[in-house]
This record gives sequence, C-alpha cells and structure tokens, in this order.
Amino acid sequence: MNILPLTLKNVTYYSGGKQLLKCNVTISEGPNTMVLGPNGAGKSIFLRVCHGLLKPTEGQVEWTGKEQDANNPNQAMVFEKPIMLQRTAEENLAYGLKLRKAKKDVIKQRVSQVLQRVGLTEAAKQLATSLSAGEQQRLALGRAWVLEPDVLFLDEPTANLDPGSTAEVEIIIQEIKKSGTKIVMTTHDLGQARRLGGDIIFLYGGALKEHSPAEKFFDSPKTKEARAFLNGEILWGQD
Amino acid sequence: MGTGLITLINRLILIAAFLCSTSASAEQVIKLASTTSTENSGLFKFLLPKFEKATKIKVRVIAAGTGQAIRIGRNGDADVLIVHHPPSEERFVAEGFGLKRHKLMYNDLVIVGPKTDSAKIRGVEEATIAFSKIASSMQLFASRGDESGTHLAEKEIWKRAQLNPQRTRWYLSLGAGMGSTLNIAVAMDTYALTDRASWAAFKNKKNHTILMEGDKKLFNQYSVIAINKKKHGHVKFDLVKKFTNWLLSNDGQKAIRNFRINGKQMFFPNANREQ
Amino acid sequence: MAGTEDTANNFLDALLLALDLITGLNAGLIEIVGLSLSVSLSAVLIAGSIGLPLGAALAVYNFRGRQISIVLLNALMGLPPVFIGLTVYLLLSRSGPLGALDLLFTPTAMVIAQAILITPIVAALSRQTCQGLYEIYQEQLRSLGATPLNIVLTILWDARISLLTAIMAGFGRAIAEVGAVFIVGGNIENFTRVMTTTIALETSKGNLALAMALGIILVLLSIVVNGVASITADSVSRSKANR
Repeated sequence: MNILPLTLKNVTYYSGGKQLLKCNVTISEGPNTMVLGPNGAGKSIFLRVCHGLLKPTEGQVEWTGKEQDANNPNQAMVFEKPIMLQRTAEENLAYGLKLRKAKKDVIKQRVSQVLQRVGLTEAAKQLATSLSAGEQQRLALGRAWVLEPDVLFLDEPTANLDPGSTAEVEIIIQEIKKSGTKIVMTTHDLGQARRLGGDIIFLYGGALKEHSPAEKFFDSPKTKEARAFLNGEILWGQD
Repeated sequence: MGTGLITLINRLILIAAFLCSTSASAEQVIKLASTTSTENSGLFKFLLPKFEKATKIKVRVIAAGTGQAIRIGRNGDADVLIVHHPPSEERFVAEGFGLKRHKLMYNDLVIVGPKTDSAKIRGVEEATIAFSKIASSMQLFASRGDESGTHLAEKEIWKRAQLNPQRTRWYLSLGAGMGSTLNIAVAMDTYALTDRASWAAFKNKKNHTILMEGDKKLFNQYSVIAINKKKHGHVKFDLVKKFTNWLLSNDGQKAIRNFRINGKQMFFPNANREQ
Repeated sequence: MAGTEDTANNFLDALLLALDLITGLNAGLIEIVGLSLSVSLSAVLIAGSIGLPLGAALAVYNFRGRQISIVLLNALMGLPPVFIGLTVYLLLSRSGPLGALDLLFTPTAMVIAQAILITPIVAALSRQTCQGLYEIYQEQLRSLGATPLNIVLTILWDARISLLTAIMAGFGRAIAEVGAVFIVGGNIENFTRVMTTTIALETSKGNLALAMALGIILVLLSIVVNGVASITADSVSRSKANR
C-alpha cells in the first residue's frame, strides 16, 4: 500500500460562494475508515475531493510514494447509485481494465474471478442494466475490485438497497478489504458504521470534528455534535 | 484516429463508385442546358436517342428557365445551350460566352384559358387585342413572372398594347415555371400565355383550351449556341460541334419536324442552310 | 360536392397507380428509387460519421464558446435546402472555386448537398442525447480513469439506439428534400433524377396522378427504411438482454 497515507493539507472546497468543506486530515493504511455525519455535512464532497473527482479550492490532496504512483494513484470509487453501461455484466467489469490497456488474458482472468467473488457468474452475459439494484451494486463493487485498487472509496453504497442486498454488499466490502484494499466509506447507517468501521471520521457543517478509532468514537465522542449525532438527534449539518 | 480514417476511406469509395458508375468507361458525354418547354414537351426524349445512335455521344439535359440556362452556360457548367430568347442570346454571344447563335426551330405562343372565355378572346387574331380584352374585363391572368423567354415575350405584348398589368388584382405574377403556371391557371380559372408544345404535353388541362393562336408576332424562335472554348477551356467542343451539326443537318431538322404530340407537329425547323 | 369527389378520385387514381408501378416493377421507378436511396443513404453515412462524434464531443468537452457553438448548431438545423443547393452550386460551378472537380450536375454533388443539409441535424440530436448520458455517466467514468476522449467513445456506443433515431431523422430530411438536389443535380434524366425531383417535374407537366403516386411510394419507402432500422436496433438490443 505504497500510496497511503493520503493527506489533505488545508483543503477547502467552495461552490456557489459557499464553503462546503474545510479540513486537514490524514488517512492511513489499516482498518476501514467510515466517514460519518448528518445530511449536508460534506461527506460526499469530502470523498470526491479525496478521490480526485473534485479539485479543492485551496490546499493539497497528497498521496504518498514515488511521484509516478502518487500522481496516478490506483484507487477506485463506488457511488450510491451504480451506473452501468449498456453492455453485459462482464463487459462492464472489463471496462476499467480496457481503459488501462490491460492485456486480454489478464482481463479475462480477473473478470471471471471477480464475477465469482461477487456472486454474479451466472449473469456474466446479461445486459447489466437489466440486473436488480442489489446485483448492479455488487457489479459496481466488482468493477472497482477488478482494478485491484490500493484504496476504494464508497459513497453510501447501500443507501438504496434492501437489508438482504445490504448484507451481501457488506460481505463483499470486507472481502475487498481482506484482499489488501483500504476502504474509505460514507454512511448514514450507524449500525453499518459499527459493523464495518475501524476508524471514524466525523464531519459536521463541512468541518472535520473528530477522527478517532471506532471504539473511542462510539463510546466517548469528544464533540457535542458527535454526541448529538450518535444520540439520533436530528441535526441539519449547518452551524 | 482509426475511426476517422475508416470513414474517410468509406467516403472516398462512395465518391469513386459514383464517378465510375456514372461515367462508364470513357463514355462521350456533353451537357445541354435548355428550357423546361423543350424538355417537358418530350422533344428531347424523341430527338436525342437518334443523335446518340448516330454518334454514340450521350447528351445530358439540364432543364431550367431561359435565364437560368444562360447563366449555366455563362458559368461553363454546360457545353451547349438551346434557348428561346434572341436578345439574351445575342448578348450572350456578344460577351464572348457563346460561340455563335444558330437558328434551330420555332414554335408559337398561344393564349389558353377556360372554355367559358369570359373575356371573349376566342378567335381574336392579335395577341395585343386579346390582352386588352382580358385587361378591360379584368379577368384573371397568370404570368410566369420569372424572366423566362415566355415571360419576356408576354411583357412585350403588354408593352405593345400599352397596358401595365402590374399590381392589379387580376394579374398574378407567379415567378414560376411553365408547368406550375399552367397548374395554377387551370386551378384558378385564369388566362395564360404558353408555348404550344408545353400546352400540348400538359396533362392537367381540365376545362382549359387554346383560345387565341396564330399571331405572327407570337413566334418563338429557338437557337442552339455552343459555349465558347476560349472562355471555358474544358468545354467538349468537338463533341458539341457534332451535336450542332447534326441538329442543323437534314437528319436533325427532319427529326424535329417529325416530333408530334397527338399527331400535331410542335416545332418547326428553320435552320439556315448555309452552316 | 364536386371538389371533394374530384380529390378523392385523384387520390384513388394515385393509389392505384402507385400499386401498379410497384407490383409491375416499373423500370423507371426502380431507377429513381435506387438513386434516391443511394444519394440519401450516402449523405447519411457522411453526416453520421461527422455529426455523431461532433455532437458527442460538444456534449463532453468544455471550451470557451461551447454555448454559442450549441446555439449555432441548433440553428443550422433550419438551413433552407434551397440555400444549401445554391451555395453548393456556386462552389462546384466551373466558375467557382471547386469547379475543377467537375462535380456539378452529378449524383456526387447531390450527396454533398444533402450531407451538408443533414449533418447539423444529426449533430444537434447527437449532442442532445449524449449530453443527457454524459450528465449521468461522467462521475463514474472519470472515476474509472476515462479521458474525455474515452468518454466520448463510450457514450457514442452506449447511446447507439437513440443515435439511430438521430440518423433516421437525417435520412428522412434528406430523402424528402427537393430544393438542394434540383439545383446541384440538374434533374437530368437517367442520371440525377430522384424521386422528389421527379415528383416536381411530373407536377409541372400536369401529371398530377403520377406525381401523387410517386409521393405515396416515397412515403412507403421512408416507412420501409425506418422499419428496417427499427427492427435491426431491436434485434441488437434483444440479443444483449437475454435473461
């Protein structure tokens, strides 16, 4: 995992004149990092800035390692709604690898392996957009997994899924972690955070309020916002 | 990129295919710009195959109004013209675009109208009188209004009758070809000036008929003019020379004389013998 | 009423004449149908090759003047065929800049004119379709490492069914127009005479029944072509979605 730690140095993000994110944080190797916070706290923006989809208005997003690796970090992201291309499941899986000009046999091998691991081997030749929501999300995970990323960002991946699919997805996420990928995930489901999280980043009003190991966060949160959040009090993420 | 190159090649193949299919192995072809009256009457369909059989030269006809045909000639987009407006033709030759005007044939212009003939021009012998009667009874008149040979001849008649029909409620200036003008004349029950051949070949006569004919001044002279090679070097002059020679020869003149519509001769060959 | 009866008779005559021409495999008809199809399909091929990627690129790439370009492109959809015909005529005329190519009054000139006519339509519709898809796809595709060029190609393929409609719109416009092909083709018998110019010609000769019959055949032709395209699209998409 030579591209971690990922450091956000004095990063801010503005849109429409409003400051939506301001933080300094370091994400290191290790247990799953869960990003928590009420609606509007900036979780999605935070994730996208880390991933590189959004450029910070100020500050730097720095990966570690040799320049080559740091400038082109091998990382992937899974979104709340999986966007599948109008082609078969296995073609969707192969897409990212084809972009990276991977060799045909490498693609073939990895695709069939991942299909199996996400339990979609039977759907391989099916039109991806005809799969169920849960199947599509599993496929999306597979699409990221097949790239063998060092870091995988996930933005509320089970928000739209039923409990059964949610459980399947969580199992896959843990498998991905086991295969050596660092997981950074947002969720509004505290139960999920407890189940999967090893490391918690708590955002509120676009600011990083807490960053601590899961047990510490859940047992004795430091800030009043975190306490209120954990108590289930309704917070609208603005000051 | 790959896709761009492939589409470029596809396009070139298409264009090549077109060019090949349309100019099958060094076929000899000349382009004739003429007027819709000659084309629509069917004269060329009758005449040109005879020429082609005799000489193996293919003639492609572009039919337009006289003004347009002359412009095509001036631009060098045709090799030879057959039109019917002497003043324009003389100017064309004087400016050097046409080599020489050869009188080819004539037909006459007639006035058509509804059989009911409210202006009572039936049997009148002079066009100017007929036009006066139409004007004074304010019967609808459909004019081509497109500066074609027929239209210019029509304007001459109004001038000679010392009438100005512009901007009256009964004079319809259409800016249209002969066929469209006749269609409108028939649909709106108007009078119109037309050449005999166009009318004979026209299939939508309904209740219209020729009401006035035979005025010597309604004489419609057609000429053939080769485009001057000095102005447009690419013109196929040798082939055109064969064409004009044939048209002016006994064979050509006879063929013109033999062209009939409903048994009636439409065009009267009058090439000068000294060619 | 005599008027409507006349019209009904005319239409009936035309219908019968149309059927007669079709079933009799009238040689003249086959020739002009063949030329109409090859000219318009060639124009569609060119317009598609240029217009589809152009539209996709406009949807994906951001650049100064993008908005104006889109407005202009949409406006160009309304270019009058007669104006295009005139412009192409002036370009291809022997007295014009491209006269040496000797293309005036040939089917190639007609293809060029029609291609110019329909490329904006294909491009504008392509842009519209691709932009919709781009908004949905862009985050995911960029996340996977796609460059703008990758995105253009991916969207073009994914939108293929909708883009077929854009192509068909172009075809419909091309095969139905008469102004441009008349001017640059010259309506030369057995050479540049297509269905629409024949209809115009027969109308001017007062052959209304024949003109109408050809019109009916042209509509049928359009239906057939669209039908073929639709069936092809369906079978392609169905073969992908086997459950």
